[in-house]
Amino acid sequence: MRIIADRAKRFGAPPLFYAKALPFQRLFGVLGVLLLMIGSLWGLGFAPEDYQQGDSFRIIFIHVPASFLAQSCYMLMGVAAVLVLVWRVKLADVCIDCTARLGVGLTLISLVTGAIWGKPTWGAWWVSDARTLSMVVLLFLYLGVMALKRALDGQSSAQRASAMLVVVGLVNLPIIKYSVDWWLTLHQPATFTLTAAPSMPSSMWLPLLVNVIGLYALFAWLLLRSMRVDVRMRHYGADWTL
Amino acid sequence: MRPIRRRRLALLLSVLAGAALATTLALLALNQNLDLFYPPADVVSGKAPIGKRIRAGGMVESGSLRHGIDGLEVRFRVTDMQANSFSVHYQGILPDLFREGQGVIATGELQSNGVLNADLLLAKHDENYMPPELAEIIPH
Repeated sequence: MRIIADRAKRFGAPPLFYAKALPFQRLFGVLGVLLLMIGSLWGLGFAPEDYQQGDSFRIIFIHVPASFLAQSCYMLMGVAAVLVLVWRVKLADVCIDCTARLGVGLTLISLVTGAIWGKPTWGAWWVSDARTLSMVVLLFLYLGVMALKRALDGQSSAQRASAMLVVVGLVNLPIIKYSVDWWLTLHQPATFTLTAAPSMPSSMWLPLLVNVIGLYALFAWLLLRSMRVDVRMRHYGADWTL
Repeated sequence: MRPIRRRRLALLLSVLAGAALATTLALLALNQNLDLFYPPADVVSGKAPIGKRIRAGGMVESGSLRHGIDGLEVRFRVTDMQANSFSVHYQGILPDLFREGQGVIATGELQSNGVLNADLLLAKHDENYMPPELAEIIPH
């Protein structure tokens, strides 16, 4: 525990993070763009259509990665919040700032692509079932964290208050995941589970997997990029930022 | 771990546990109010209110779909694939994915004779995807 904390603290020193994160940022950027291009072309152009939904099911190649990421992003924000609250890691607060912004975007993509998918398949743009509502709660959690950070002037109190909100909001993650099992919803249950084979053939889930990994990489690129910018702005005036 | 950090972590975990407990209790209290629709069992047993606008859903029973003379009127039965089913009467355009053996959620008023007079149908699809060629050889 102490070793991990010390390591994190040393890597978290602003100048070191600013320099050391750059190669990772570039690697993830290249990887993300490449994989997303391959996955999207494969999924949209070459994967077979669905026997019920035809071509409209292809939006799955955008909707599912964005929805996964929107939740993983909150999980990361939760870990950062614990680092802020218990270890007072300054870089973790930077991470909360950046994940909140990215989370809003990802959740919006998930909701909008879901609506576009819902219209031809369900017959409605929006149906307020447990799954869609818990995703809207996720959006408002991200927005709430951003708003709380801006509402409080005192730097450290704003950091701690928003981190606490992040931790409380973690409760929403299992609700999103299990909403389709706990309640009767219009949204179908999960196609992918850890315990069973996916209920689609590999010609469909392979391009989806490529896109999921690609979006994770793209997310890492955007996150490192915005964290490096944020760190530099916070320390503007120090030698290494000039 | 230093005592102060241990204390902070303990406080944090208790906050998380408290939030989880409060949410669980709230969700348990709401329980069925979070369900989007009444399953066939609730419609048959009389749990679903009569004369109020409700949503009820299940699977469209195979072989039960009847079209009216003008083409827009349809009648079909909704089943839970066990013992319970109820009739739906609907006039209007069907969603693309509406078909026998697939899920459906109907919005409308339940009559006292057990027929749901629907004015809105939503198609509910399952979590299985497959190419058309595969669907032809695999029974589903």
